[in-house]
Amino acid sequence: MIQLLDSIGYTGWVLPALLLIPLAGAAVLLALASRGNGDEPGPARTARMIAFFTLLLEFAVSLGLWWSFESGAGWHAGVDLAWIPTWGVRFSIGVDGIALMMVLLTTFLMPLTVLGGWTSVRTKVHSYLILLLVMTTGMLGVFLARDLFLFYVMWEVMLVPMYFIIGIWGGERRIYASLKFFIYTMVGSILMLVGIIYLGIQSANPVTGAPDFSYAAALQLSLSPAASFWLFGAFFLAFAVKVPMFPFHTWLPDAHVEAPTAGSVILASIMLKMGTFGFLRFALPLFPGVAMDPVVRTIIIALAVVAIIYGALVALVQPDFKKLVAYSSVSHMGFVMLGIFALTVESVQGALMVMINHGISTGALFFLVGMIYERRHSRLIDAYGGIARVVPMFAAALTLVALSSIALPGTNGFIGEFLVLIGSFKTYPLLTALAATGVIFAAAYMLWAIQRILFNRLDKDENRHLPDLNWREIGLLTPLVAAIIWIGVYPAPVLRRMEAAAFDLVQRVERGPPSGFTAPGARP
Amino acid sequence: MLAEALALSAALFTIGVVGVLIRRNAIIIFMCVELMLNAVNLSFVALSRYYGADGQVFVFFVMTVAAAEAAVGLAIIISIFRHRQSVNLQNINLLRG
Amino acid sequence: MTALPAGIMLLLQEAARAGGAHPLAGTAADWLWLVPVLPLLGFLINGALSLVAVAHPGPADPDAGHGEAKPAHALPPDTAGAHGDDHHPVARHRFAGIVSVIGPLVLALSFALTAAIFFAMRAAHAEEPFIQNYFTWMITGELDLAMAFQLDQLAMVMMLVITGVGTLIHVFSVGYMRDDPGYPRYFAYLNLFVFFMLVLVLGASYPVMFIGWEGVGLCSYLLIGFWFSEKANADAGKKAFIVNRIGDFGFLIALMLLFANVGKLDFLGIAAVAPGMSVAVVTAICLFLFLGCVGKSAQIPLYVWLPDAMAGPTPVSALIHAATMVTAGVYLVARSSFLFSLAPVAGLTVALTGAVTALFAATIGLKQWDIKKILAYSTVSQLGFMFIAVGVGAYVAGIFHLATHAFFKALLFLGSGSVIYAMHAAYHKTGSHEDAQDVRNMGGLRRYMPVTWVLMWIATLAIAGIPPFAGFFSKDEILASVYARAHGSNLAEASLLGIPGSTLLYFIYFIGLVTALLTAIYMTRMMLYTFHGPNRTGEAERGALKEAPWVMTGPLVVLGVLSAFGGWLNLPKVFTDALPVGSTFALEHWLEPVVGEHQLAVTHGKAAHLAAGTEYVLIGAAVAIAVAGILVAWRMLKPEQLVPKKDAPAEQGIERVLAEKYFVDEGYDRVIVQPVYQGSRGFLWRGVDAGLIDGLFVNGSGWLARGFGWLGSAAQTGAVGTYAWVLVLGVIAVIGVFTLR
Repeated sequence: MIQLLDSIGYTGWVLPALLLIPLAGAAVLLALASRGNGDEPGPARTARMIAFFTLLLEFAVSLGLWWSFESGAGWHAGVDLAWIPTWGVRFSIGVDGIALMMVLLTTFLMPLTVLGGWTSVRTKVHSYLILLLVMTTGMLGVFLARDLFLFYVMWEVMLVPMYFIIGIWGGERRIYASLKFFIYTMVGSILMLVGIIYLGIQSANPVTGAPDFSYAAALQLSLSPAASFWLFGAFFLAFAVKVPMFPFHTWLPDAHVEAPTAGSVILASIMLKMGTFGFLRFALPLFPGVAMDPVVRTIIIALAVVAIIYGALVALVQPDFKKLVAYSSVSHMGFVMLGIFALTVESVQGALMVMINHGISTGALFFLVGMIYERRHSRLIDAYGGIARVVPMFAAALTLVALSSIALPGTNGFIGEFLVLIGSFKTYPLLTALAATGVIFAAAYMLWAIQRILFNRLDKDENRHLPDLNWREIGLLTPLVAAIIWIGVYPAPVLRRMEAAAFDLVQRVERGPPSGFTAPGARP
Repeated sequence: MLAEALALSAALFTIGVVGVLIRRNAIIIFMCVELMLNAVNLSFVALSRYYGADGQVFVFFVMTVAAAEAAVGLAIIISIFRHRQSVNLQNINLLRG
Repeated sequence: MTALPAGIMLLLQEAARAGGAHPLAGTAADWLWLVPVLPLLGFLINGALSLVAVAHPGPADPDAGHGEAKPAHALPPDTAGAHGDDHHPVARHRFAGIVSVIGPLVLALSFALTAAIFFAMRAAHAEEPFIQNYFTWMITGELDLAMAFQLDQLAMVMMLVITGVGTLIHVFSVGYMRDDPGYPRYFAYLNLFVFFMLVLVLGASYPVMFIGWEGVGLCSYLLIGFWFSEKANADAGKKAFIVNRIGDFGFLIALMLLFANVGKLDFLGIAAVAPGMSVAVVTAICLFLFLGCVGKSAQIPLYVWLPDAMAGPTPVSALIHAATMVTAGVYLVARSSFLFSLAPVAGLTVALTGAVTALFAATIGLKQWDIKKILAYSTVSQLGFMFIAVGVGAYVAGIFHLATHAFFKALLFLGSGSVIYAMHAAYHKTGSHEDAQDVRNMGGLRRYMPVTWVLMWIATLAIAGIPPFAGFFSKDEILASVYARAHGSNLAEASLLGIPGSTLLYFIYFIGLVTALLTAIYMTRMMLYTFHGPNRTGEAERGALKEAPWVMTGPLVVLGVLSAFGGWLNLPKVFTDALPVGSTFALEHWLEPVVGEHQLAVTHGKAAHLAAGTEYVLIGAAVAIAVAGILVAWRMLKPEQLVPKKDAPAEQGIERVLAEKYFVDEGYDRVIVQPVYQGSRGFLWRGVDAGLIDGLFVNGSGWLARGFGWLGSAAQTGAVGTYAWVLVLGVIAVIGVFTLR
């Protein structure tokens, strides 16, 4: 496989290709859209096929990274081009062990999101698919960027399509939800922009005076404790909103509930990961002094533990299944934050695993909610009951995915939570023990919801004739279910590819700032 | 010589300002605005004798803008007059927030 | 794609290396992986069949009409037949035939393989456990965890019980469940359960064991809620899972403590360093592990799920909720004997919890009317006995009782299944909706089902502790161990909550005797009401009562033999001295390599057996108590005076408290469940989330921005003149500031 990849010069072109393929697909769709209206079934179908195969090609291309980057150490397949020379902005991309799995997760899920919205999105199909494709480029750009400015551009690029996807194809309160989502995220990211500009100017070339936005230069900066503190704060806010950490989470339930299926899946599976990815890529390595400050760290970990328990408890009482899944995401992302800030190799690896697993399992949950919503047009748990008798395949899939979501050993969910817990216990035993109660509450909310949807008496006439999963839906769920079992039983290959990066991160942060200010008490 | 020119300019400008502030007829206000512009032009021309021709170039810019403004402004005033049969600005508050 | 085969090669080499020097390598034990994989295959096939049948409904498929739940009596009489405990559609699945073969067959093969491995082990005299590394499961940082199985004598005992009793129960299920429309699904779950149970006992590390541990919980959940259309059943399944999760939380904490203190999670690795660890840490680990056991094995305060679990089909109750899964906690303590033997405080806690549970559950068992509920509380009580044993470091006695209990309790449950089957068929014939599980509706059944009657009496004598039946030996062994350890052990020297260990052990011994008395009473009561006295089923139904088919009574007979002679597994010395039968302490010798050293650690290196004289006294006391219990029940209870359930008056006073199980469920609901739910709903969601964070902060800042906007727009009067004034005044002000400064 390696020889094959080498023979086609894979690592030289793969990353630009990953960014360009979706844009090319979008351009084709744009050309088609100017000719025919996507509201008619024929052209809409063609458009879906084009988008699906574009994204499938994208996945196939990205898959080579799995073999070509087996070590997971350092940067891989980097490309570095001048972009805006006067500002010192470069188009610099590359993949490391942390980004690798995020890239693969994104390319894995994107074709499925097209399948998931195959029949439910019927209006302005071309625009919808173009937005999906552009968003793919934006998300991959975020994971691949090695230039702070490029990172920021990509961060915003993916925001806009999501705003439109929620606002145009969403549910009843879509305008409220999309605005809330946009403003909330914007408030966080605008401060990050200030921080990025500051960093760029700080690492300016001493001769020419041109700023330098490259990630490598930012890593070398020695900042004063006060500057580090405020910069960390700016990055923290941007990422904490995105994660979302308690108490910045309230945009999530609204956005999740109102978004169309594909939107919910992308939001939950990929976009939330950008927040935690940001912590791993920027907030921790750039400002280790602040991140390791005992007070800052304890506060963040305490917030993570609150999110785990609070998210689960609030999920318990949601009448709307999509909202329940949204709050369960808050809980799961709490585990990620716990793992990241506990900062042991095991816990960081665990956090990365939870990021992947949450992407797969919660994505699958949203797909399943979308499927049943399409049939019955209700997201309310009480609208169902006893439907396992009518739609057994749906029931089997939902049960399995729900079990993976509550971290049953043998499914993917367990691996991540287990690693986070045993890793974090070494540094924060009490808070981690508290976080472990999350497994009880998770079982409570998920099984109770499952019972009220699938089990109990089949007492509503509307549910008596629900059709079971069709072939498209089975095809959509099969890769997800396979991933759930595979990662649960044999996660070692995934862990191996991430270990070097996780180890490097822990080392770097524990070593502290590059020079000068080593004291951890970095506060103004 | 310069002092007299600048004094005249200031007088013209003040007349324009006062006119804009106290008159109600849109046409007259409009003419007062023109008066202010020309007062500025006068000071530009006067000062250009001492500081080079830049001021005279600016005068051309101002005259161009004034011409454009006159065209657009008069058109707006006429259209308002057609709607309301009046150009009294006290009766017009379309810009209210 | 090259990675996969290469990986497999690597794994095989790894496995070969690990097993190279062991005497079991090259024997049947090399096929160890197949023992759990066979049931897993069964699960896959049966599960696929249950889903395929849905995709293409056949003529005999009850779901052909898109899942209309037809009440049982609405079907033509020829499809009426076997029934579970509930009203559910009766119609044979179109794959029932093939499922009836696959389901039990995979188990029988698994049992045969286990037996072959057993004989290989006996021949090999392996002192060291046989570790099989299959592949790397999790590897990161300090953690290096293999998907590995560990075969030793303890695992072998468990495997024999699981596959042996499991096979019998699978065969029984063929008769019991064949006419249920969910038949393939039932066998799929049952096979999956056996798979997870085998992973549980074979896992070479705590996390691998935890896969099985939660996996069996999952299957239990699925099988309790098997007839999920009834809300009560689905509720019971969910309750079982969540209560078990509370225990699993403890298990997880124990794993974290182990990893933080040892850096390893496999049994051998921990056992090697355990003696060097501080007693406080070991005690904490043991107590958290025991919290896991309390959940899984239904001890106080987490026992509440087990009685509700009787909502599942009766063979499930026999397999999961009596013979195997619920004993996993006992197995865990025995497996962790290298830790528990070092922590006397934890051991006393385990034993005391077991004792209190045993007594508590036995008192509830006295006043239950549902035949399965009586057996459920009896199971809780007997599990308490097992925890007394493993708590005091008598691991062999605990495992011994686990095995004999598996025999006689499986027999009791299957026998009760047989009774319920007959009762159900009888009520079904007349379309009556009477309770087929209430002993008040039974009576005199020995005339209609003599085989079941005899076999259930054997089991009853066994559980009551009458020699020479199985339960006598195991229960006596437990009580003798407690008594012996009160005289000399690290437990007796320790103290719990300020009470000296020896006092506690005497107290536990006393509770054990009282519980033995109560056990004899409630079991006799159950037999008396079910099989003796006049029949109360109803005039019309009486004629239809009959013995179950051989596919069901066959397994009962085998279990009857095991219940009668299971005690031969571990005959005490006083017995073999007096009678020329069997070998002394066979099980003890068999388990010697696994727990022998740790048992001696508890008793300071002395063999824990009492002097013959003392032992005769103890045996005499135990037997006297059992006989007294049976006689008291036989004399005091009058089955003739019972009236059928529908005519029975409500209980009063203490009887009501017992019948309502001390109102523990209601208490939990009021103290835990409702506050959590209402607090989450009213305070966290409505108050904090929607009110404070979203309302005040998020939308509040939105409203604040709007407020400022409103103020600003109010300044826009629209009168251009005003703007001009403001402008000029502003200019004057600016000029003024600059000139006057």
